[in-house]
Amino acid sequence: MQTQTSLPDTDRKAALDVLAHAPAKALATLWDAWADKPQHSKVRGPEVGLVMLRGRAGGGGTPFNLGEATVSRASVRIVTGQVGHGYCLGRDLAKAEIIAVIDALWQRDAAPVESQIIQPLRTLATQADQQRREESAATRVDFFTMVRGDN
Amino acid sequence: MYVAVKGGEAAIANAHALLADRRRGDRSVPALRLDQVVEQLGLAVDRAMGEGSLYDKELAALALLQARGDLIEAIFLVRAYRTTLPRFGYSQPIDTAAMLIERRISATFKDLPGGQMLGPTFDYTHRLLDPSIVGDDVAAPITREAEAEQAPRVTDLLGRQGLMEPDGETGPDHEVGDLTREPLDFPLNRDLRLQALARGDEGFLLALGYSTQRGYGRTHPFVGEIRIGEVEVEFDVPELGFAVSLGRVKVTECQMVNQFKGSAKVPPQFTRGYGLVFGQAERKAMAMSLVDRALRAREFGEDIVAPAQDEEFVISHSDNVQATGFVEHLKLPHYVDFQAELDLIRRMRAEHDAANLKEAAE
Repeated sequence: MQTQTSLPDTDRKAALDVLAHAPAKALATLWDAWADKPQHSKVRGPEVGLVMLRGRAGGGGTPFNLGEATVSRASVRIVTGQVGHGYCLGRDLAKAEIIAVIDALWQRDAAPVESQIIQPLRTLATQADQQRREESAATRVDFFTMVRGDN
Repeated sequence: MYVAVKGGEAAIANAHALLADRRRGDRSVPALRLDQVVEQLGLAVDRAMGEGSLYDKELAALALLQARGDLIEAIFLVRAYRTTLPRFGYSQPIDTAAMLIERRISATFKDLPGGQMLGPTFDYTHRLLDPSIVGDDVAAPITREAEAEQAPRVTDLLGRQGLMEPDGETGPDHEVGDLTREPLDFPLNRDLRLQALARGDEGFLLALGYSTQRGYGRTHPFVGEIRIGEVEVEFDVPELGFAVSLGRVKVTECQMVNQFKGSAKVPPQFTRGYGLVFGQAERKAMAMSLVDRALRAREFGEDIVAPAQDEEFVISHSDNVQATGFVEHLKLPHYVDFQAELDLIRRMRAEHDAANLKEAAE
């Protein structure tokens, strides 16, 4: 079921989406550069489990179970009380925990997290996607019809 | 029947040590790293993920290394690993229309909104072995400005004109079948069939798809569209109260367009078969879509005359881990069974000889 999300939730989701998608190295580098890392305690995990991925028959029809994927998740509480959650594909416990801490920080004060972590990651992702699009675009077929010489 | 046989422990231990040695091979040759397998044997990794039914490139690469490149053994290892992990839940269905497309082709329409892109394909290569690929020296791919253009699924384009059978949505109350949780009970709904096919053996499905082309359950297929690329995986996180992306996975989708079906109520429409597989796995996705369409025979009131249309036959034999388990168990000690057979044949021969003697005497 689709959950109705309020505006801050939409922003939080957008940040979490970027974090989940971030290459582990890029995320770790940005997180290393973050000045005052808060003390945090683990609420759950970090742990690895499975999520069953679903597709739809015909692309848009009946849902079906396509196969599973490994997923890491972590929930943490930072000293100022915010609880953050981190989810990402793969078996990278450190990444899930960093995402959870960043999510908690985001709830405390979103602006610096957005400017110092989310924005750079988003830029990186956009560039990487653009590169992929341009590589595929070079393989685009330009069809033309042979004109029969009548004279 | 197998009986416990004692002895052989030392032989087994030594065999495993020998296996480890042979797997590693000549020590003067550098050992493969997992990232090398992931990067340079990507399609083998994709197949191990797809038929292992677990999306995790590093795990699939490890399985391939451990299995010495034996794909079915690797798939077995991946399947065994997944049983050790808890299930967090089910994702929202992926949206292939929103894919970051790497390859997209159609055999039915030349001019598609979003265009046709060949991507990294073996098609149109000459299939000549090329010793020059051994080494590091490969030019960067050529780029071209990408047009910001939507690429709707081809079947949706035709569907708008009513020429194509719609996707067919079940009610919201329909519980999606999961063969990893419930044993299969024939006849199946299409969702369970698609799950079984998605993890089914590529060779088996390829042969069955081929059989439909050769006339054993003909469906008159055209490739409406094949697309390969990355899709977002959205997951409802209860503690958040909304869905977040877990990241992206690469999938291959094949829309097979087949000959018409109509009824008194519905005018003739193209029918469809669907293939969706983890990673870049075009042959598998095509085979899956052919077999999916063939298995819809019952739904369309077609005569079931060929193996590819026989759901119980196809789905019961499509899983290569099950198949290899049963075939390979034959090599385990069957000494008692065979002893019984030996006794039986000796008795039969004795009776046969006795009867012959009696006949000769008369």
